[in-house]
Amino acid sequence: MKRRLMVALPLIVFASIAIFLAIGLGKDPSIIPSPLIGKPAPEYELPRLFEPSEMISGDSLKGQPYLLNVWASWCTTCRYEHPVVTRLAEQNLIPVIGLNYKDERNEAMRWLEFYGDPYTAHVVDTVGGVGIDFGVYKVPESFLIDANGIIRFKQTGAITDEVLDKQLRPLINQLLAEAQG
Amino acid sequence: MIVMKRLSSLLLLALLFLSLATPVAALIEFQNEAEEKRFQALAEELRCLVCQNQSLADSDASLAGDLRLEVLEQMRSGKSDQEVIDFLVSRYGNFVRYRPPVEPSTWALWFGPFVVFLLGGFAVVRTIQRRAQLSDEDPDQV
Repeated sequence: MKRRLMVALPLIVFASIAIFLAIGLGKDPSIIPSPLIGKPAPEYELPRLFEPSEMISGDSLKGQPYLLNVWASWCTTCRYEHPVVTRLAEQNLIPVIGLNYKDERNEAMRWLEFYGDPYTAHVVDTVGGVGIDFGVYKVPESFLIDANGIIRFKQTGAITDEVLDKQLRPLINQLLAEAQG
Repeated sequence: MIVMKRLSSLLLLALLFLSLATPVAALIEFQNEAEEKRFQALAEELRCLVCQNQSLADSDASLAGDLRLEVLEQMRSGKSDQEVIDFLVSRYGNFVRYRPPVEPSTWALWFGPFVVFLLGGFAVVRTIQRRAQLSDEDPDQV
């Protein structure tokens, strides 16, 4: 009996290491869980991209859930994400606010002209200060903020079709129901 | 001989380029040496989120530059090291710290090695005891 256990031991050790490594393989180490989920979104007041004299603040958007999508013209993944964001925005479920992050204003406007602008509005964070408050480190990033201004979901990196259909949209519907009730 | 000469001039050139690679933090103008030391120590403790195996002090990433300035600004506004760290942790999570705090989610990380060590030690002691018993009974069997 003991002998058998000794023979099995290396196998058990190997299997447990293999299981841990397999779990690790399926994870993207660059995705860091945000501590902001379930917490109020950081306050911000930023100029609009197309109407720089007008400001939009987090407070002014309260009362309805909305998506804050951090993007930049220099961000190649944003190009890949853009059709998905467009698909969401065109359904008019919730406002989709673009946070143009550390970008040149002219470049940003040209980018939108070229790829299309389905957003409800854009705000501009040239220096990246609001980005730091939101813990942005890997553009594109998206924050789903509920009617009370609480961050309920964060996507680090591009929103894919799968993320939109399986995670984001169900949560949006839930937040809309919450806001109604 | 010519090869040697070429080699040595190449080497010189390489050294020249090395001297151009100044550390990123050198771009910051410090008010005094104490501030520089404190900043360096703090930036070594913080992890760059873009290139995760580099500290904030070493990274060339643009975000790391922004965060370095943020850290310096907060230091100058009179915040303690702990307050600066808390500021970053509240935004980016414990991941920004190279030394994660001891809390339930990190127990395995902090105490796991000791547990494995104890288990191994226990196994060694048991094996030695058993062998000693065996050799007492029958010296030829060891």
